Amino acid sequence: MNQYWTDIIHGGKSLLTGLAITAREFFSPVVTEQYPYEVPTMTPLFRGHTELIGNEETGLPNCVVCGACPRACPSNCITLEGKKAENGKGRVLTRYILDFSKCSLCGLCVESCKFNALRFSKDYNLVSFNKDDFVYMDLIKRLEDQNRCKK
Amino acid sequence: METSIWRALLYLVGVMVFAGLNAAYLGWCERKGAGRIQRRIGPCEVGYAGLLQPIADGVKLLSKQLLVPRGVDHIIFRTTPVMAMIPAMTSMVAIPFSANIQARAVELSVLLLFALASIGMMAILLGGWASGNKYAIISSARAVSQNLAYEIPMLVTVITVVLLTGSLELKEIALKQQGGFWHWNVFRLENGHFLTMWISFIIFFICSVAETNRAPFDMAEAESELVAGYMTEYSSMGFGLFMMGEYLNIVVGACLTTTLFLGGWDCPFGLTPGVWWFLLKIYILIFTFIWIRWTYPRTQIYRLLNLSWKILIPFSFANLLITAALIKVF
Repeated sequence: MNQYWTDIIHGGKSLLTGLAITAREFFSPVVTEQYPYEVPTMTPLFRGHTELIGNEETGLPNCVVCGACPRACPSNCITLEGKKAENGKGRVLTRYILDFSKCSLCGLCVESCKFNALRFSKDYNLVSFNKDDFVYMDLIKRLEDQNRCKK
Repeated sequence: METSIWRALLYLVGVMVFAGLNAAYLGWCERKGAGRIQRRIGPCEVGYAGLLQPIADGVKLLSKQLLVPRGVDHIIFRTTPVMAMIPAMTSMVAIPFSANIQARAVELSVLLLFALASIGMMAILLGGWASGNKYAIISSARAVSQNLAYEIPMLVTVITVVLLTGSLELKEIALKQQGGFWHWNVFRLENGHFLTMWISFIIFFICSVAETNRAPFDMAEAESELVAGYMTEYSSMGFGLFMMGEYLNIVVGACLTTTLFLGGWDCPFGLTPGVWWFLLKIYILIFTFIWIRWTYPRTQIYRLLNLSWKILIPFSFANLLITAALIKVF
């Protein structure tokens, strides 16, 4: 019989505690993000696909076509081509294709780059109707687009 | 005035509009409330603050195909959604919204409302039975055992109110509680009735949550085990009518609680009594229904029956005896 009364009292108390908790939540601010209207800011260590870094002034890629990144890549997803520079000093990048469908975002290419030419983008909106958009990601074109946006 | 055709027509339209608006917009309130409690914002896209959402849902339900599966009992299957809706709507006739606003002053209106509530339960039973679906039948069996168990304490606590006011008419009961909150049945000061009446109120409220099959007592539509319970085979507006009937039952439950215990249309401080106080009280109660639903997890069927048979029924009978003794003594 004693158990009966303590059950009722404890049960009633815990029910009231539950109501108090939800009442508190009811009046606290909303935590969800209204996605299409609010864009999240990515954390500094967020890893999107890799992108080329352009020169601050000219906007041309910093890359010297040393070939360290395709060699460092464990999944062979980087293809790059270069040609001799017109002023005879070093080489310039002509083509940088990333196969993002194979990339595991391990970051070895970014680590291996000694010329500050490669970084992770903060781009998380990766959607396409066409698979080829990700198998042949043209990073030079992306850099040109970014330069155009800056101007 | 009593026999004028206009009175009947106006009340018919008024009750239908009130019922329809409530059935549609309580869904919206429910979703907004759930959102806030879970710290989301709920519907917000369709119209300002999602206010057109119920209309969009209604149009969606209307445009869907009304499937009647093979092997169902045709006539019963098609009539039960209406049976779920009509008693709830009819109940509105006897509810006194204020001293002047009442469609029909039925003499035994308390009895009438409980009789109509039982028809609503029959709709659940027959709907599940006619579907010929195992989930639906299990669900309606649960609903019936639950409703049976909770109708007893509910009716016994109503007897305490009837003893106190000496009337089975809702308007009479509300009129006896006029003039400030200390006259309301919950807090009735005279003769020390507040000692028992607040227990009556709590028992009645718990029972009305259980009678309307709301969480945490929604055993009949435990979606994790019974798909959608007795509504499993219903599509389109058949399902819509069941949902609307459910929300209307909540409104009727809140109206009953208000009239029986919270003084009906009376103002707590004895000023400006009127229909607005009635509406304010029922919406506070409905908000509590929503609040409870999104706070507690669903109980199990045997715990639910234990709560009724082991706690609520003994308490309500003891309560009835003490109230009767208090009335006799003073």
